[in-house]
Amino acid sequence: MIDILMPRLSDTMTEGAIAAWLKKPGDTVAPGDVLVEIETDKAVMEQEAYEAGILMEILVEAGENVAIGTPIARLDDGSSEAPAPVPAPADAPVSAPVDPETVEAVELEPVEAPTVVAAAPSKSRPERRAATPLVRKIAKERGIDLATVAGSGPGGRIVRADLDVLPAPQATSPIAVPAPASPTGTDMREPEAVPFDAIRHAVASRLTESGTTVPTFTATASANVGALLALRAQINEANTDTGVKVSVNDLLVRAVAVALRAHPGVNASYSEEGRGQTLVHRRVHVGIAVASPAGLVVPVVRDADRTAVSAISTITKELVSKASERKLSADDMADGTFTISNLGMYGIEHFTAIINPPQGAILAVGAARDDLTLVEGEVVVAKRMRYTLTADHRIIDGALAAQFLATLTELIENPLRIVA
Amino acid sequence: MSVISYRQALHDALREEMLRDEDVFLIGEEIGLFEGSYKITAGMLEEFGPRRVRDTPIAEEGFTGAAIGAAMVGLRPVVEIMTINFSLLALDQIVNHAAKIYGMFGGQARVPMVIRTPGGGGQQLGATHSQNIELYYAFVPGMKVVAPSTPADAKALMLAAIRDDDPVLVLENLALYNTTGEVPDNVQPAEIGRAKIARPGTDITVVSYSRMATVAVQAAERLAAEGIDVEVIDLMSLRPLDRDTIIESVKKTSCAVILEDDWLTYGIGAEIAATISDGAFDWLDAPVRRVAMAEVPMPYAKSLELAALPSLDDAVNAIRETLDAVARRR
Repeated sequence: MIDILMPRLSDTMTEGAIAAWLKKPGDTVAPGDVLVEIETDKAVMEQEAYEAGILMEILVEAGENVAIGTPIARLDDGSSEAPAPVPAPADAPVSAPVDPETVEAVELEPVEAPTVVAAAPSKSRPERRAATPLVRKIAKERGIDLATVAGSGPGGRIVRADLDVLPAPQATSPIAVPAPASPTGTDMREPEAVPFDAIRHAVASRLTESGTTVPTFTATASANVGALLALRAQINEANTDTGVKVSVNDLLVRAVAVALRAHPGVNASYSEEGRGQTLVHRRVHVGIAVASPAGLVVPVVRDADRTAVSAISTITKELVSKASERKLSADDMADGTFTISNLGMYGIEHFTAIINPPQGAILAVGAARDDLTLVEGEVVVAKRMRYTLTADHRIIDGALAAQFLATLTELIENPLRIVA
Repeated sequence: MSVISYRQALHDALREEMLRDEDVFLIGEEIGLFEGSYKITAGMLEEFGPRRVRDTPIAEEGFTGAAIGAAMVGLRPVVEIMTINFSLLALDQIVNHAAKIYGMFGGQARVPMVIRTPGGGGQQLGATHSQNIELYYAFVPGMKVVAPSTPADAKALMLAAIRDDDPVLVLENLALYNTTGEVPDNVQPAEIGRAKIARPGTDITVVSYSRMATVAVQAAERLAAEGIDVEVIDLMSLRPLDRDTIIESVKKTSCAVILEDDWLTYGIGAEIAATISDGAFDWLDAPVRRVAMAEVPMPYAKSLELAALPSLDDAVNAIRETLDAVARRR
């Protein structure tokens, strides 16, 4: 009998929710068969079986959320020492998924004698967490309850690296069950509790980390986008045969990437190594904040500084459509070095964003609006766009942020340099 | 400082000791006229004469016993056993006499004898001539067993073995004889029972000896290119075993891989793993991993022989998998 564990599907994953079971108890499973869809903090991913056998029992039902390393199902691979409940033949599938609760009740009821009735394995198992000796020693010293830690080692074993990512000893554990905010008669606000899904949970915990641990400042600049809009129209006109349509945002992604290339200090992350250091990233991967049906996600355009605007446009469209179908993979969202958040389409003039850790800065982009400007003493109407950089002050100083924004403004106002 | 072969380093050590101390003499099969099956004793008969360079019949038990007697009365014999496989014929002399005389007879006589013998496979010499059975001797209290992996260590350990007052088996290795390395001009005898950190590192401890210690260093160099910092411990001495150096290293890295040319089951690596469990249990972040020879008599066919021996790839994979288990690989 093999326990199938909640796998670790991304670097930041600490728990996962069962989106759907594609096999049911009694089904024959071959290696490579898709067993289950798992929703992580980043995406819904398919999990395949590694071993052949018969799926005996589902321990975590669809919709439930558990820590990585937690057994989610049991597979009979022939090595079974336990009595197999229903060795259903493969061609006669069990009519309905067996509810473990029901099975327990049926088995336990007739046995009324006060004999030692073994607790159901699915209940006692999560108590015994595999952890290395080093982890047990550190946990004892720091007073960490290992039952609250997700294990990323083989078979869900807790290794030291899992303790290193814990924020602080007394901080809430990643799998602590939130107190049920059940509406009571006394709360006159009559709240309705909407439990977080995995993505909401990730957004909440990562932005809390960013908002409470990163010292930031903001700097705002604006640009006349007349030339940019004209260039965009020109590109799209020239591309009528291919049908490629670039957006202002595509041009902006490329402009930001080029500006990051000119100011590598902004394309950087803070690191605790030694007495602290700046990790200056040699490659420019620009994340784009997308409000998807599943929640806020940030797919990444890799090497945006070396990618043509038309290619950025195609890649972005693909990523956005994947986001809307909840099909973004962890890879699609990995390795970003900078993020752009654009609320211009909602008419927002100006806003600030919270840094997407471990990145060093984020750009919040507003809408292009008609503005009265003095040009050589004449009042003229021009379209201006405002954008605000939020930067991690541990690694980025005000002057550097200002230089970066000046370069970006120059690029936007002389847009041929974006595409050249 | 000069770059010489492992073979030459052993030869130089023997010759220096023959010149330094008249009580040192060489004994074994084909070491005189034929200059040794692996030419370690080349030129010795000519230089030192038949009284100090003794060719013997094919009779390991006899000439090993003779050397024990000579050692008991004050000489310092250096016995060549052509390969460690043939030492089995002298097992009773080594285990029941050389190792026990000092203790059993109340310290009345010491046995300052050296047994030089190469182990190792990979030469297509078949199952009976390709073994790594140093464990049989490292198992026995009263014996000392050293196992150099570089020319400099071979010389330093051979000098130390000859000057030691107890029986010392110097494990040479067929695959190492032609390897070269820098040897200082004025090599001092090594301290028997002291391991060497062949390469300092912080990510993982790799423990090895003899040929596999050279594989360990190669694995460390290959992984260094990926940013993985491997600490390589070359045991140098199997008995006494430098447990402190192993334990201190694992306390630093929290994980270990052991590379050995012998068989896995009951092998030298099992003792190292137990040492780590005893001394560094609370620092371990992954199970100790062993890489050893396949559990078969050594096949003759070249392809099968290569498959049976632990390789550089085997070592690199084991290190990677162990680092994966502690989630420390990028």
